[in-house]
Amino acid sequence: MASTAELEKIVSQVRRDIVRMVHAVNSGHPGGSLGCAEYFTALYFEVMKHNPSKFSMDGINEDLFFLSNGHISPVFYSVLARSGYFPVKELATFRKLDSRLQGHPTTHEGLPGVRVASGSLGQGLSVAIGAALAKKLNKDNSIVYTLHGDGELQEGQIWEAAMYASAKKVDNIISTVDMNGQQIDGSTDQVLPMGSLRAKFEAFGWDVIDLEKGNTVGEVVSTLKKAKDHTGKGKPVMILMKTEMGHGVDFMMGSHKWHGVAPNDEQLAQALTQNHLDDEADY
Amino acid sequence: MKKYTYTEKKDTRSGFGAGLSELGKSNPNVVALCADLTGSLKMDAFAKEHPERFFQVGIAEANMIGIAAGLTIGGKIPFTGTFANFSTGRVYDQIRQSVAYSGKNVKICASHAGLTLGEDGATHQILEDLGLMKMLPGMTVINPCDFNQTKAATIAIAEHEGPVYLRFGRPTVPNFTPADQKFEIGKAVMLNEGTDVTIFATGHLVWKAIEAGEQLAAAGISAEIINIHTIKPLDNAAVLASAKKTRCVVTAEEHQMNGGLGDSIAQLLSRELPTPLEMVAVNDSFGESGTPDQLMTKYGLDAVNIVEAVKKVLKRKG
Repeated sequence: MASTAELEKIVSQVRRDIVRMVHAVNSGHPGGSLGCAEYFTALYFEVMKHNPSKFSMDGINEDLFFLSNGHISPVFYSVLARSGYFPVKELATFRKLDSRLQGHPTTHEGLPGVRVASGSLGQGLSVAIGAALAKKLNKDNSIVYTLHGDGELQEGQIWEAAMYASAKKVDNIISTVDMNGQQIDGSTDQVLPMGSLRAKFEAFGWDVIDLEKGNTVGEVVSTLKKAKDHTGKGKPVMILMKTEMGHGVDFMMGSHKWHGVAPNDEQLAQALTQNHLDDEADY
Repeated sequence: MKKYTYTEKKDTRSGFGAGLSELGKSNPNVVALCADLTGSLKMDAFAKEHPERFFQVGIAEANMIGIAAGLTIGGKIPFTGTFANFSTGRVYDQIRQSVAYSGKNVKICASHAGLTLGEDGATHQILEDLGLMKMLPGMTVINPCDFNQTKAATIAIAEHEGPVYLRFGRPTVPNFTPADQKFEIGKAVMLNEGTDVTIFATGHLVWKAIEAGEQLAAAGISAEIINIHTIKPLDNAAVLASAKKTRCVVTAEEHQMNGGLGDSIAQLLSRELPTPLEMVAVNDSFGESGTPDQLMTKYGLDAVNIVEAVKKVLKRKG
């Protein structure tokens, strides 16, 4: 078990990776990535049962994770590398020609840790349900985790999948929605207000857990562990996780404007200062 | 002309159902998903025999494709079943990203393809599915011609690692291929050796090509007839060898000209061996309501249309 202080240090390192990766190629999605640094760190360094040094596609007897909102690939890649799926120095290839670290995650180049391509939104929950059903058929008691953007919930396939998961009692799945309230054209309330997501998911038969402090790593860990206790009870589990887009970099925080824009040299320096580590291990 | 006979007419979808049922018994990793068309797809036997491996997803095809992709993670071999229209056009992005680009071992099994779906009309009569599927990198595209061949193809694709689109249909058609004929993906089947012209046919048009061959033989024209059950990967060697021999070809399919078998063969021949070619296919048009036979006649997909195309292409032969 890692201490909260240790996890916080990893979170800062992940934030440094994210801003450096998108700065290097002047493209990518820093906002949502920064906001989910605590979630990914909690999941990969504390909660999931997984085997980074021996990645297998089937992941038998391992917990699995599916990133449905694939555009936050920088945080996913950073945490996969930092937890041992591939060399940290490979983060330098992000979005470059001949890289395994494509703009959006894919299995196509064989990057360890990725089990399906994502980017076109709304597809990850269905895939995760399939993987969860395969686990049940294989008598494998591990858990399948998914992450979704809140804007992504505007895709219809999410609700097909949500309806299926409860109807068929897929209770070995823990989904999380990153409720940062932002999407490309503005806030979710400006673009397409979605009302109460708790009420919607409860109406769709899910066991819903609120996580108010999605940018406090200790809270994320304890909520994910609590969610685990809710599995195996006949209902899929949903965590509604409030985060701040761009968290940890003050000029990016809370604005949709940093959804898909990279920092310039000066902004990068500021971001790194704000996530200072005495013993940083930058790639 | 070699004589082909059959004892009964059967629907190709029933060949799929029979093959799936057999797979259920022989391969414990085979699972099946259906979007509220279990009876139409003839998946009832599998569903009854293996309820734990059958997933009824309701009218939610996008979710079905995603779940199928996920089931491969853990070693399952999913067969999805719905109409061809809902198996392709409706879920193209799901197939593209979650199945094809992700390299998942999903078998997309599609019934009621083409005009022969009949009275339901153009909303359901997809004539673009072969094109949509063959454009996807890594996708294998198969369109068998009768009950026996569809059954054999269903069994064969379970052994093939990678995504497959298997297309079949609703009407009963002559069941003439030998029940014990092994299905080899990507291997064309020579039905009749000839010298004047080659007819490359797929799916329901294969029997019509045989009928056309008989009419042509009576008129003194020797037609080579080849069943191209696998649109992709195309059996380039078989196509080139026959075109080299007969020096003119006709393609026949229940699909749009754009994107279908004829399009694939024309591409190959124009690159490797420019050869006069005529296509029997639907010409940039939607279908409509009617009986399957009426529709095949109205849209020019009968044996007589193949005969006419042969006569036309023979005139162009150098």
